[in-house]
Amino acid sequence: MDWFDSWALTLATFLPVVGIVVLAFVPRAQEQLIKTVALVTTIVTAAVGVGILLNFDYGAKGVLQFDPGKKTWIDAIGSNYHVGIDGISLPLLVLSMFISILCVIYSWDHFPEPHNPKAFLMLMLVLEVGMNGTFVAQDLILFFVFFELVLLPMYFMIGVWGGPNRQYASIKFFLFTLFGSALMILGFLALFFKAGNTFDIPTLIEQAGNIPHNTQLWIFGGLFMGFAIKVPMFPFHTWLPDAHTEAPTVGSVILAAVLLKLGTYGFIRIAIPILPEAAITWAPIIGGLAVVGIIYGALGCLAQKDMKRLIAFSSVAHMGFVMLGIATLTDFGINAAVFGMVAHGLITGMLFFCAGSIQERFGTRELARLGGLLVQAPKLGWILGFCAMASLGLPGLAGFWGEFPAILSAYQPAAGLSEPLFRFYMVVASVGTVFAAGYLLWMYQRTAFGTPKEEFAKEHIHDVHGPEWLAWAPMLALIFVLGVYPRFLFGVTDEAVQTVTAAFRAVGGP
Amino acid sequence: MYLNQFLLLAAFLFCVGVYGVLARKNGVLVLMSVELILNAVNVNLVAFGAFHNTVVGQVFALFVIAIAAAEVGVGLAIVLLIYRNKQSIDLSEVDLMKG
Amino acid sequence: MLRNAFLIPLLPVISFALILFFGKRLPGKGHEIGVLFVGGAFVLSAICAAQWISRPADYLPPTGHAEAAAVEGAHAAEQASTEAATDEEHPADGEPAAEGEHEVEPIRKAEVREVVWFETGGVEIKAGTRMDGLSVMLVFVVSMISLLVHIFSTNYMHDDRRYTHFFAALSLFTAGMLVMVTSSNTLQLLFGWEMMGLCSFMLIGHWWEEKNNSDAALKAFFTTRTGDIGLLVGISILFFAAGHTFDTETINQTALSGTISSGVLVAAAAALLCAVVGKSAQFPLHTWLPDAMAGPTPVSALIHAATMVVAGVYLIARLYGVFWAGFHIGDGGINPVALIGGVTVIIAALLAFVQNDIKKVLAYSTVSQLGYMVMALGVGAWTAGIFHLFTHAFFKGLLFLGAGSVSHSVHSFDMKKGMGGLKKTMPVTFWTFLIGSVALAGVPPLAGFWSKDEILVGASGNGYPIFLVIGLIGAFMTACYMTRCVYLTFFGEFRGHGHPHESPKAITGPLVVLAGFSILAGFLNAPGIELFSKWTENTTVLAAGVAHHEFSIGLAVVGTLMGVLGIATGFAYYVRNLGPHRLTQRNQAALTGYKILENKYYLDRLYTDMVVGGLKGPVARATYWVNQNIIDGVLNGTAAVSKAVANFTYSVLDQKLVDGLVNGAGAGAEEGGSALRVLQTGRVQQYAAFLFGAVVLMGGALVLFV
Repeated sequence: MDWFDSWALTLATFLPVVGIVVLAFVPRAQEQLIKTVALVTTIVTAAVGVGILLNFDYGAKGVLQFDPGKKTWIDAIGSNYHVGIDGISLPLLVLSMFISILCVIYSWDHFPEPHNPKAFLMLMLVLEVGMNGTFVAQDLILFFVFFELVLLPMYFMIGVWGGPNRQYASIKFFLFTLFGSALMILGFLALFFKAGNTFDIPTLIEQAGNIPHNTQLWIFGGLFMGFAIKVPMFPFHTWLPDAHTEAPTVGSVILAAVLLKLGTYGFIRIAIPILPEAAITWAPIIGGLAVVGIIYGALGCLAQKDMKRLIAFSSVAHMGFVMLGIATLTDFGINAAVFGMVAHGLITGMLFFCAGSIQERFGTRELARLGGLLVQAPKLGWILGFCAMASLGLPGLAGFWGEFPAILSAYQPAAGLSEPLFRFYMVVASVGTVFAAGYLLWMYQRTAFGTPKEEFAKEHIHDVHGPEWLAWAPMLALIFVLGVYPRFLFGVTDEAVQTVTAAFRAVGGP
Repeated sequence: MYLNQFLLLAAFLFCVGVYGVLARKNGVLVLMSVELILNAVNVNLVAFGAFHNTVVGQVFALFVIAIAAAEVGVGLAIVLLIYRNKQSIDLSEVDLMKG
Repeated sequence: MLRNAFLIPLLPVISFALILFFGKRLPGKGHEIGVLFVGGAFVLSAICAAQWISRPADYLPPTGHAEAAAVEGAHAAEQASTEAATDEEHPADGEPAAEGEHEVEPIRKAEVREVVWFETGGVEIKAGTRMDGLSVMLVFVVSMISLLVHIFSTNYMHDDRRYTHFFAALSLFTAGMLVMVTSSNTLQLLFGWEMMGLCSFMLIGHWWEEKNNSDAALKAFFTTRTGDIGLLVGISILFFAAGHTFDTETINQTALSGTISSGVLVAAAAALLCAVVGKSAQFPLHTWLPDAMAGPTPVSALIHAATMVVAGVYLIARLYGVFWAGFHIGDGGINPVALIGGVTVIIAALLAFVQNDIKKVLAYSTVSQLGYMVMALGVGAWTAGIFHLFTHAFFKGLLFLGAGSVSHSVHSFDMKKGMGGLKKTMPVTFWTFLIGSVALAGVPPLAGFWSKDEILVGASGNGYPIFLVIGLIGAFMTACYMTRCVYLTFFGEFRGHGHPHESPKAITGPLVVLAGFSILAGFLNAPGIELFSKWTENTTVLAAGVAHHEFSIGLAVVGTLMGVLGIATGFAYYVRNLGPHRLTQRNQAALTGYKILENKYYLDRLYTDMVVGGLKGPVARATYWVNQNIIDGVLNGTAAVSKAVANFTYSVLDQKLVDGLVNGAGAGAEEGGSALRVLQTGRVQQYAAFLFGAVVLMGGALVLFV
């Protein structure tokens, strides 16, 4: 399978392009065909993903695999086409492929106004290219291109298919992230010039140690801004609630499930291993912002009247746990962070699906107008409850493994970090878990418990139907399976994470 | 041989010529003044030629004389035409070059 | 069976899944699955118990040399073997005389079986079962009461709209509790702990159409979750303190060895105590338990009396090494565990007097009894605390099921308005309820007497006279309010509507069984028999050197007297109407006291209105306001400023200046042209003059500057 080894990642990234080209030639009116083409494209892409999963060498999770070597790309600036994955990228890559399929399935008959499945699905495939590409790129310029590639389709998705306030939201999303990217590319350029004229990530990891400490700090600052806005960390999070609230359901799901992970992934893949010394200096700040985000996001949730906005704020809190894990710079913490990324992707994605379905059925997401979901659509109500429980970090469901190990790891951060400070963070983060229970259960109480409000009491609300089951069942199953047997994920990430933190032991001490 | 005398003579002739060209209103006098300027140049050419002991200066002077003759010919023709049109050769009345 | 103990929690899990997916299609709507599988779990537990009892007590754990124990523990944790510290052969060094108020007797060796759950950071995290006396006892109690409650519910919940879901949740709950008590490590313990929390939430809110019920469910969940902050923190601290392990045995041995700094231990113990306070409804987080009575009565019996609420007590007992060393329990000083337990005993018992809802009386009684257990553990009487847990499970489960039986018949929980005089119409319920009450009141020779007496013995023997007094006062009050409760329910005239009748066999059967246990269970640890302590005490208890004290006739008599006195007082005051009645109408102080009790010490007001209301209302709104107006304001401000700058750039810089320059160049050329036009006279002489002038100027410049 040499052929597969060298081409798998390229295929995984660019197969959706084939779908886009084909879609371009299908007339707009043939919706059935359009949907089929999109679905087939995502499934074929995911088949490659399955192939990758099967051929992945689980004995060497810490090294780059499926790496065909560098191919000259832009010679003038020494940028190469270099792809490869390790144990950290693999789960995220697969998650991205998997979510893409489910989103196509879900949108089968859920196209938001102004309809136009052709454009919508094409954008979705473009998104998939960007997401997959980001997770496999091993060259900063390549990474940057893919990282930015996702902005555009998402901008259009929000701006065209979004809610009433979509103009504002889409512009805000676009400009905010672009602002971060600008600082990030500055950081990339600084790395290029300071560390031996290369954009190659593995090479940089070896060479960047020579950069003077102060310069490292500045470069890290640039990268931090780029990634932190994408995550989003407090106080750069305000684009998120707007974008989520206005985006169409599928857009919200992709945004929550995959796009936010690009930021955290950037920290783990680029910022921290390349600039470990700077990471040590920055870690207390990152950790502090993370725990502020946890509490702040939770309090923000409590004030919401709109269900989707509430879930969006909860993302701020959850990503706070992920960032806290990263900030500890320990194996435990970063493992928890990767787990948290996948878990949050599945759980919050599901919550957004539920919110979308509720809006579709009731025509509103206002918590005050909803109620008695368990009476009118019991299955949907149960699923919502399941996801709320998973989201608040109930052991046995996936969310727990992103939350508890992150708290655990904060007790003993990497050498060189202040223990009392991180222990304080640990306690604050634990308090955050109670708040999480608070806002999720209040939301659940207001939507699902009680009896239906008068205005909807007479209406017939249909329960979960075919495409929804198809799209949701795998996610629900994964949430459960990962929750009970976290080894599926920890087993894959652990070694790769140790490679990342190994860069550290050299810097920070033992 | 002293060059100075020739150059001073030429300069004097030139100045007289320039004065004539700029100040006189009679077209014929202006033409004559132009001749003076050209001859001042001739004096210089011949003087430098002699000074450097070459014939180039005299050759150039001959050329200048020939061209000056031609120029005066054309000039007088123009003056004649002006006179025919305007019944005057006062140059201050001629402003045909105004765009 | 002890090796395969994982099957015990597995059965209810399977039962849960089966009921959830197929329950509705079955003739019994799923209860047959529940009864069958939980019954299976009970049989397995019974086998476990039998094997445990017949296991030879030949293991001498390392004691005395605590440090050696710690090394052993750490060593074992590092080993990839499936056995924990206890498996290490360790020569009994013989008990040094200096240590020994107690003699070390060989105990039964715990059966540990673990598999690798996952790895993170190169550390293997294991899952597994650890069956020692404590686990075996709890597995037996839990599966038995769960089975009885299942049977009880088949009739009690018969016409419920969510009958199937009810049984599914009961099964899941049973699984959660069993996972917790069998677990070999704190992480798995947390799993079971939270599973129970979830089921408690689901079952309290079983009738979620009513807002009151769902409010109660949320309150229970939040309150216990608040305590769980401590559990998360405590587990994290101990994980690192014990050398990267969740293993309970290693944690205990390390804590007792003295290698962990006392600050860390105190922090860990305090954090875990928070969890106990939340889960076991101790003061000041006890307020959720009475509200939790909004759930169906079988749930109250199983979860909120017999099993889940003792999880906190179990946590202290399981990680006793941490509490023992952290709070210096052995030294006889007042420590937070005992203090919280003691305070809870009194304040909950006081509240039980003013309740008219029979379930609320029992709920406060439960809180009070849990206080006893916590207090027992706090004063160093480990066995007594666990023994009280054991006996309490039977008689309190019995009382709740009895209350359920009554309400099943009279359709009310209000003792004053819906009950009275049921002695004749419901004889089985009456007699069993009476047995439960007397057991609770601590009258010999019923179960409650023995366990309560042991607590008192422990408190006095370990030098905690204050808690001895509290225990005695508590016993008096318990007897008194139970007398009131029994009288109001079963004596006098019937004050309700309809015709009360005895409940069917499915309901009375469990009552009779529990009544039997309530009578007999106490003898297990009666003086001279003392089987219970031999069966349950584990390596931790031995390593800590928990003291044992002889049964004291005097104390037993005093304890019994308090109980009898309580009954007598209750009888005199409530039945014979002796003593100062209507005090509240005459005495301001009494009225104030009554008001405080009626309002539950205003704690609910504090939590619901101030803390929760504050967070939910002003704080959340303020945060959101900050978000929208300050953070987003900065952003929008930046945007506005950018826009203003852009406008300025466009309208002033671009349109006026840059464009102005370009346009100005044209206009300037035009104007300059017309200005220069004057010069262009058309006269050749003038041109020549310019020419000449220019030449002169340039020539001058040439001369001057070059």
